[in-house]
Amino acid sequence: MRSLRIGAGAGFAGDRIDPAVDLARDGNLDYLVFECLAERTVALAQLSKRQERSPGFDPLLRQRMEAVLSLCRKNGTRIVSNMGAANPRAAAQETVRIARELGLRGLRVAAVHGDDVLREVRRKVKLESGDLAQERLVSANAYLGADALLEALRSGADVVLTGRVADPSLFLAPMIFEFGWPLDDWNLLGQGTAVGHLLECAGQLTGGYFADPGYKDVPNLDTLGFPLAEVEESGIALLTKLEGSGGALSIRSCKEQILYEVQDPARYLTPDVTANFTGVRFEEIAANRLRVSGARGTARPPDLKVSVGFYEGFIADGQISYAGPGALRRAGLAHDILSSRLRWIPAADLQLSFIGVNAIHGEALSERGPETYEVRLRAAARRLSEPQARKLVQEMESLYVNGPAGGGGVSTWFRENIAMDATFLPRSSVAPSISYEVA
Amino acid sequence: MKLREIAHARAGDKGNLINISLIAFDEADYPLLAEQVTAERVSELFAPLIVCPVERYCIPALGALNFVLRRAPTESVTRSLNLDAHGKGLSFVLLNMEVDIDRDGQAG
Repeated sequence: MRSLRIGAGAGFAGDRIDPAVDLARDGNLDYLVFECLAERTVALAQLSKRQERSPGFDPLLRQRMEAVLSLCRKNGTRIVSNMGAANPRAAAQETVRIARELGLRGLRVAAVHGDDVLREVRRKVKLESGDLAQERLVSANAYLGADALLEALRSGADVVLTGRVADPSLFLAPMIFEFGWPLDDWNLLGQGTAVGHLLECAGQLTGGYFADPGYKDVPNLDTLGFPLAEVEESGIALLTKLEGSGGALSIRSCKEQILYEVQDPARYLTPDVTANFTGVRFEEIAANRLRVSGARGTARPPDLKVSVGFYEGFIADGQISYAGPGALRRAGLAHDILSSRLRWIPAADLQLSFIGVNAIHGEALSERGPETYEVRLRAAARRLSEPQARKLVQEMESLYVNGPAGGGGVSTWFRENIAMDATFLPRSSVAPSISYEVA
Repeated sequence: MKLREIAHARAGDKGNLINISLIAFDEADYPLLAEQVTAERVSELFAPLIVCPVERYCIPALGALNFVLRRAPTESVTRSLNLDAHGKGLSFVLLNMEVDIDRDGQAG
């Protein structure tokens, strides 16, 4: 059988849209996959849907679909995405509306349901970080696998929209469907999962989250091209990006991405397979063209991972800057004033740090240089009530008038925080289903 | 010499786990990484952040090591107060580690 061309249209909810448009226009793609659902994104979407602030699907869905739908229809490219978030049905209906506006009559859109398992999880609230009070639970979404998408692909849907699906599974589903891979051929599924894992963060394969001037130089990051894979029936794939796009697809960037967010590389767990990346080989065929092979797999895990969102009070953040002679000593004085006035916050829930000095790696891991010219004091606290969050903001603002000399540029924010945890459910308690909309 | 001169790294997070891959620029330097960048040394380096010893996985075919750091349950991207709540910048803490290397590139 011919090879299958799959492009990565997004690596996170807020990703750039123009690289996806370039792929839709010039990629000669069979599939364009948008991965847009971070761990917490689905919980925030559930909350916003419940509070009727939004329909609960990806806020950029309209912008993305308007940009690529006509091109994909014209080029025979099918779209797969988890932009359905907390409401795949509404996302499918919206996509159909957009298709009609664009004159794309007959476009078929499938919505994959069944990842929302809040009811099941309410009966079993023992989470990795301990027990949770029922009233704090916001959402629970099981990671569905590629098998949940297959019926939609078989039905000929032009667009498949899902909620929580494991990221590599979005890419693996088209491979399983097109090549007829058996769902228990673990080596094939392991190799397909490796390809999906490489593509799922889009620009992170082609030079994003990679450049380190003087050590790892990457050209033209301002026009970073997203990757595509030409997958053979054997699962071996050629990774590349569009001619003329920015960035660099290299063995080095591929090695970084195959290990990204991986714990044991011999046992990378997805709903589809336990993938083994230890034998993966990358061969450079030409500039920005690499062959990937050698991933394997063993049986899929018996249970499905479930991502659980829960209320964890408010987080508040306030910052103020000091510059010029004595900047760090003045910021230090402001630090002491704040730690006295915020002593009602438990120590574990308050963090005071100096941006430019120790705010990223922490005091113990940060090297001290000669005194910095400017520094920004940051106070952040969690598990607050709303009035407490407002109080922290007020304490920061009052440093303008009541704090050390020359303090400026205060910025503050606070928000209710949804924290995430994980648990597991047996497959038998998760039942995916599909609905269709036609333009 | 700093690790950064012979290797590159990328940090990723999942819940309260952070993984940092460490990849030799030249695969010939992999044995040096495997010998000198031990789980014990990396645990010591990241001691202020972790709640148990670092796990190390070896991937010789890629000339790479993978380190898994376990933070406290309250230190995940959705709960941490750190300015870099993901821990994306931690790869550069590892790259700042010293290794012994002599002129012809062998472990000293």
